[in-house]
Amino acid sequence: MITLNVNNKTYQVDVSPDMPLLWVVRDTLGLTGTKFGCGVAQCGACVLHLDGEAVRSCVTKVSRAEGKKIITIEGLSANNDHPAQLAWEEIDVPQCGYCHSGQIMSAAVLLRENPKPTDKDIDDAMSGNICRCGTYPRVRKAIHLAAEMQEKDKK
Amino acid sequence: MDSKNNIDNTRRSFLKLTGLGGAALCMGFYLPSDAAVTLIKPSDLTAADIEMCAWILINTSGKVTLVSHRAEMGQGAYHSIPQIIAEELEVNLKDIDVIFAQGNEKKYGNQITGGSSTIRSSYKRLLQLSATAREMLITAAALQWKVSVNDCYAEAGHVIHRPSAKKMHYGELVLQASKLEAPKNPKLKKISEYKLIRQPLHRLDTPMKLNGSAIFGLDKKIPGMLYAAVERNPRLRGKVKSFDDSEAKKIPGVKNIFVVKMMVHNTIREGIAVVADSTWAALEGKKALRVTWDDTGFEHVNSLEIFKRQEDFLKIKEGLPLKSQGNPTAIIEKSKKKVDVIYQTPYQSHSCMEPLNCIAHFQGDKIEIWGPIQAPGWVQDFISTQMGIAKDKVIVNMTFLGGGFGRKAFTDYPHEAVLISKEIGAPVQVVWSREDDLKQGPYRPGISYRCEGVVSEGKIEALKFRMAGQNNDHWSGGKKDVPNDSTSEGFLEPYYASIKNLSISDVPFETPLPTMWWRSVYASTNGFAYESFMDEMAVEAGKDPLDFRRTHLQDKRCQKLIDKMEEVSGWKKRNKNEGYGVAITECFKSTVGHIVKVSKNISGGVKIDKVWAVMDCGWYVNPDIIRAQVEGSIVMGLGAATIHEITFKDGKVEQNNFYDYPMPRITDIPPIEVYIIENEEDAGGVGEPALPPFAPALTNAIFDLTGKRIRKLPFSLATV
Repeated sequence: MITLNVNNKTYQVDVSPDMPLLWVVRDTLGLTGTKFGCGVAQCGACVLHLDGEAVRSCVTKVSRAEGKKIITIEGLSANNDHPAQLAWEEIDVPQCGYCHSGQIMSAAVLLRENPKPTDKDIDDAMSGNICRCGTYPRVRKAIHLAAEMQEKDKK
Repeated sequence: MDSKNNIDNTRRSFLKLTGLGGAALCMGFYLPSDAAVTLIKPSDLTAADIEMCAWILINTSGKVTLVSHRAEMGQGAYHSIPQIIAEELEVNLKDIDVIFAQGNEKKYGNQITGGSSTIRSSYKRLLQLSATAREMLITAAALQWKVSVNDCYAEAGHVIHRPSAKKMHYGELVLQASKLEAPKNPKLKKISEYKLIRQPLHRLDTPMKLNGSAIFGLDKKIPGMLYAAVERNPRLRGKVKSFDDSEAKKIPGVKNIFVVKMMVHNTIREGIAVVADSTWAALEGKKALRVTWDDTGFEHVNSLEIFKRQEDFLKIKEGLPLKSQGNPTAIIEKSKKKVDVIYQTPYQSHSCMEPLNCIAHFQGDKIEIWGPIQAPGWVQDFISTQMGIAKDKVIVNMTFLGGGFGRKAFTDYPHEAVLISKEIGAPVQVVWSREDDLKQGPYRPGISYRCEGVVSEGKIEALKFRMAGQNNDHWSGGKKDVPNDSTSEGFLEPYYASIKNLSISDVPFETPLPTMWWRSVYASTNGFAYESFMDEMAVEAGKDPLDFRRTHLQDKRCQKLIDKMEEVSGWKKRNKNEGYGVAITECFKSTVGHIVKVSKNISGGVKIDKVWAVMDCGWYVNPDIIRAQVEGSIVMGLGAATIHEITFKDGKVEQNNFYDYPMPRITDIPPIEVYIIENEEDAGGVGEPALPPFAPALTNAIFDLTGKRIRKLPFSLATV
């Protein structure tokens, strides 16, 4: 049995310690917001937060997550109201939407670490997230907007 | 959180959703009574009624439900159809629930989400239906109030009596309205009267795509469901000679391992299915298999040989003419100044972000399927035939699609899931790895074009295009002795009026490789060859490439498009050290022109500074969705032009995953400006038509900057 803390809830899971966290959250816990894209840490569809860091859950063994705080897209905010989610909605970023759980989870870490990211900062933080629909121009716009929203919230 | 996306479109939840404890006004075109709008009374209500009748429903609480007959794969059908309905029905957009239809072509007609056809093939019917219901609701209110219908109007789901300001909710009028005769010619709004259509409204499916609640195929769960992965022959065909599953069986969770045999592209394929209690165990089990494949009797193709053979064909074969006027061959043969060149485009993968997957539950006399499916009707047809079960017993449920691009209109992955479910006697989700998705095809076909032309007095005197590439229709039994009717796809109609001597021919070319439509289909490759060659003709004629097109495209809409392109891009105000390229193509009844601006990169090669896109798609719904589709088409076109190539060696695909078939990333994207031409023409497509002009506009810009003509894709921007 492995004990996991996911979105502030505790779970006991009976899985192999080698099983990637991606498949534990998706198949065992039924949290399907975290997506499978490539299985080799190339596309970012599976990004979730492990103790506040953006990690690629498709190559992260579940044993590594024991005793740590896991946040998935389902637990990012209570009402779809994280600044990244609000900005994504305002700009209508998603098309098919499949990659955007990962895009938003990567952006959330960027916005926390760097409240006013430049285009270059966005490039550095987001170049690990592939979008086949090509929503990149809107991802960039939404991150700038989210930064503004975050700034306003603080005031 | 939006709840509607969590609802299965099974009948049980459908009834719950629409609250048919009372009754509902049902709108559709396949009603037993042939009326457009009718009532379904609770006592009559059977599954058959719902399945037969309802396309749009209004229930007694006033809730509107759209049963979406087309798939949502990013292009915005989930939103655009409600935006049309809300306009003529006079309801709030947020009061429309959307659920995905099951495959049912008797009711909806063609359900293939392809050819950028959702809006253009259904908007007139949707406007008509919605206006019909609105008028019936107004009449019902007027009768109840005993006032003239002319004094009543509809707004935000209510009918209002203007003089008295009395107001009734649609829900209260549904029963009465359903007893009325449907008006034959309801009054439709003029474009200038639209309040919602043509507005950049926020997409209804955005919120659920931001918190993980949108259910894609891979997210779907069925009680008792197992998971499967399949080891498939890397040579894209053939049989299993033997396999050793001793290691695979040791993996905890692995339950069954067996050979699965199926028909793909008219050949029998064999793979080895590993069924397990989790996706991970199935994928690990598949990795642990040791298989010897039987490849006897198959041609082991190589990319270099394919393109060499195409070039050889084009040297000697005239091909089957699709379009022919005047006598281009005689003029070209006589001319001492002809241009005669070969263009080439590679095989490419669709590479949807959501790898292929499908759930099937074989239940003896009935099969139920859930998945990211572009063509539920085709899946029904194919599986019905293959499994010997009546079509109406093959229930196909669509989920959201994590990309489609044509790949998810193919029937192989649902069929495979059905076969595995049958073998194990349980529902199963078959999951393709990224490698399976990339290495198995089908692919956009690799094509060579021979383009010949002669100019005279600043105009094209003769033009001859020949295409040698696989015909996507052949897998489904298309005729082999007729030209591929997509050989002229992308080429603008008005050219036929201005170029008197013109031929476009298909030089039939076969390989055993599986091919399939890929976003914008042949326009994506034809567009590169034909619009690049148009640039070569302009250079030969000594004309400005934009003016050259203006001269040859004597059509009002094209002229307007070209004027707009010139205006927004500053085409004639370019500076030294800037290269400008233009291309215009037609695709699925829409015309799109791109202008690309490039300059030399300090670190070598060329960089793209800007892209201007002008779309003429006629009647349209949502300008922001159009802009998004154009942006996305340009990004996909950028990958197609500068990165992507599937290559074959000894019958095997050489690429594996995103590390050797990389995607454009956020760092690669130039600024993009999108313009939409306003007119009242018939609706054209939106999801695909902005892709074809990108590659030729880019390579034409590079020619403008460097004098180097790129005739083979992909090429590297870094080493131009």
